[in-house]
Amino acid sequence: MDASPQRPTLSTSPRILNEREIKIVASDVNVYYGDKHAIKHLSIDIPDRAVSAFIGPSGCGKSTFLRSINRMNDTIPSCRVTGDILIDGKNIYDRDLDVVQLRARVGMVFQKPNPFPKSIFENVAYGPRIHGLAKSKTDLEEIVVNSLKKASLFEEVKDRLNHPGTGLSGGQQQRLCIARAIAVNPEIILMDEPCSALDPIASARIEELIDEIRQNYCIIIVTHSMQQAARVSQLTAFFHLGVLVEFGDTDDMFTAPQDKRTQDYITGRFG
Amino acid sequence: MTDISAQASIGVIATASQRALIARRYAAERRFRLYGILAILLTTVFLVVLFVDIFSKGIPAFTEHRLQLAINADAAKLDPENSKGPDKIRGGDFNGLIRSKLSELLPAVTTRADRKALNGLLSSGAADEFRAMVVANPALLGTDVAVPVLLSDDADQYFKGYQTGTTRRSGESALQMIAEGNNIRLSTSVPEFRGALDALKVFASERLQNDNRELERLDNLIASRTDDLKSAEAGAASGDAAAIAERDKLSSDIASLTGTRDQLKTLVENLAARVSKAAGAETLDATLPSLFVEVNGGVLKVTELGELSALASPILAPKSLDTAAPGNWSILELSIPETNRRTSDKEIAWLEQLKVSGVVESGFAWRFLTSGDSREPELAGIRGALTGSIFTLLVTLALSLPIGVGAAVYLEEFAPKNRLTDLIEVNINNLAAVPSIVFGLLGLAMFLNFFGLPRSAPLVGGLVLALLVLPTIIIASRAALKAVPPSIKEAALGVGASHQQAIFHHVLPMAMPGIMTGTIIGMAHALGETAPLLMIGMVAFIVDIPGSFTDAATALPVQIYLWSDLPEIAFQAKTAAAIIVLLVVLFVMNASAIYLRKRFERRW
Repeated sequence: MDASPQRPTLSTSPRILNEREIKIVASDVNVYYGDKHAIKHLSIDIPDRAVSAFIGPSGCGKSTFLRSINRMNDTIPSCRVTGDILIDGKNIYDRDLDVVQLRARVGMVFQKPNPFPKSIFENVAYGPRIHGLAKSKTDLEEIVVNSLKKASLFEEVKDRLNHPGTGLSGGQQQRLCIARAIAVNPEIILMDEPCSALDPIASARIEELIDEIRQNYCIIIVTHSMQQAARVSQLTAFFHLGVLVEFGDTDDMFTAPQDKRTQDYITGRFG
Repeated sequence: MTDISAQASIGVIATASQRALIARRYAAERRFRLYGILAILLTTVFLVVLFVDIFSKGIPAFTEHRLQLAINADAAKLDPENSKGPDKIRGGDFNGLIRSKLSELLPAVTTRADRKALNGLLSSGAADEFRAMVVANPALLGTDVAVPVLLSDDADQYFKGYQTGTTRRSGESALQMIAEGNNIRLSTSVPEFRGALDALKVFASERLQNDNRELERLDNLIASRTDDLKSAEAGAASGDAAAIAERDKLSSDIASLTGTRDQLKTLVENLAARVSKAAGAETLDATLPSLFVEVNGGVLKVTELGELSALASPILAPKSLDTAAPGNWSILELSIPETNRRTSDKEIAWLEQLKVSGVVESGFAWRFLTSGDSREPELAGIRGALTGSIFTLLVTLALSLPIGVGAAVYLEEFAPKNRLTDLIEVNINNLAAVPSIVFGLLGLAMFLNFFGLPRSAPLVGGLVLALLVLPTIIIASRAALKAVPPSIKEAALGVGASHQQAIFHHVLPMAMPGIMTGTIIGMAHALGETAPLLMIGMVAFIVDIPGSFTDAATALPVQIYLWSDLPEIAFQAKTAAAIIVLLVVLFVMNASAIYLRKRFERRW
């Protein structure tokens, strides 16, 4: 694996890329944690208004790459990124780019639901407030209600918006986190294993939700569940040992994988 | 299927070695639990002993004894120029009025020396309240005013029972009195005085035992000195200068010791003769417990005691020598001899008389909470020290909380991790272990000598204590910040908050309870600190209550230390009472911190 080529050429190019606008272009991205080379020469094009799933065994670098897209890796002192990641043609690792602006455009949902220890309303209103998205109190309320509606949480919590967000169930908390991410009006939503801490019913609701909102966002989801990837995504990328092995339409990927490693993984031989 | 038997015995002890293992495990658990309970019990016992001791000693300091006198605020004495001006009235002879009222109450006190002793029973600040009342309301001039007159600490201690134990027995038969020169012969038909006589014998025989022991000790000492002398004489015979000096010193020693021994021996022999005497009259002197007879409005001090009769000298002359009916007279025994207490027999007789006339009252000593320090125990109060402590702590809090939390946030969240920050971190931890007196020296050198700030001021005390508690607050705040789950910060960063926003909006509020706990520990530490205040002059006798951060002041623990050093017995109670005040302040501080913390937590 160490002798990987400079620009690994993928065996397939997803057909869907021809139908959709391309949102994110990554070329020759390398990520290091100190001496560890976590992502090796990765290049990928990710389309807008679709769900792309990153799958692969633990430690293969899929979360690392996801966190490079909104530069969350900056918070880790030993982490170093080379290569270009372009969003709408703009390199996000440019010097003149403001990382806070970037993160407002690229929302993120984490593995464990992590609502702020504040009220449901405050959780959603926090982002719009610090970005000055609301002119008045009514504006803010409207944003909050709309976000909660989009995250299909509003009906369940409309009578207790002042109750603490941490008092909700795990699935509701995760939808609250999605509403919080939506509230700042992002273009891209990154989801880092959003269902791994949830029971199957709550997971199903999240998947439903992802399906509903994909028309408006570029969504990237990291998941360990291949069924989930098959259900929610239009494109799937398979990572292995820091290398992007295969990227293609989800339907093709799960029916006729091109690479031997992909096939072994999705048939459950390892991982 | 050999497995079946093994499976059937799950949870049932199978072999002897297993059983022993399990028994050992249970024994270890039981032992550990026992140690825990013992530790808790031990600390509880210590705590209870401490609290019982402090409270039993300190509570009496919260009460005081006063005379409630109705005094005519004579305008001629208080405001002779009829000015009605407060300044003129303030100079009026309030003490004189109080004293003449006291003489009215005890007309039998006539001699100059006795008058002086009687006035000595009043506090030196006895007229303060009277003066304040009249100055505040000049209309009182010429009218009868009910004035509380504070008693001296000795009189107060007597009424609280710290000077001597008193037992009063009412006479069961008639008491006849016959004048015998200056004295009065008391006689009864039944042996009324037998109890007192027996008590006296017990006291004397106890003292005899003690004196005999002392005599033995002196004899032994003389014997050993004499031996030394013999060897020194042998040396002196050979002309050794050192031996001659030694011999002379020893012989003079022996001479003085022998003198003391002989004196004591006479005393012991006298005492032994008195103790062994089966019956008959007993002469009372100042080294034996005093005995009073109260009859016909007078107080007699017994000087010679028999079972049926006694010879007594009048301290306050009775109104008549008529025979007193049973129940109309009483015997008052004082358990401590006059030489061993501060109030004399006379003074006690006067105080008892005042008590009988109903002017003595005891009440809550507000003075203790509202006045500053004083050389007179009955006037000394805690308010100066309390105010000083509050001012000092305000300065400490105002400095150490923002600086400490700021430093903690910077070091924990913003500072690059390199050698310099490592060095700073190690040194902050070291500072927490620096003896507090060192901070006092630093304060002396820097704040007083270099910056020229005023000495003894709460401002400087607060600065020094802030240095002292900063490490505590920084360490506690860093621990609290570290304990906030990183997911919260990530969540904030994920919606586009800047690093600083994430910390100030989310991480810091979540760490606040921990920070407050650290702060309150630091402040409690500062409240009880004496050593650094020593160096900057806050250990001083300061009467005025400080009004600002730059006035001279002391602090509560310093006041406790100062009072504990004073010889007056009344200050012992004041010391314990000041400790109670310190503890109460501490509890209030902790309680308010817990309340604030709960409110912080409830907001989410």
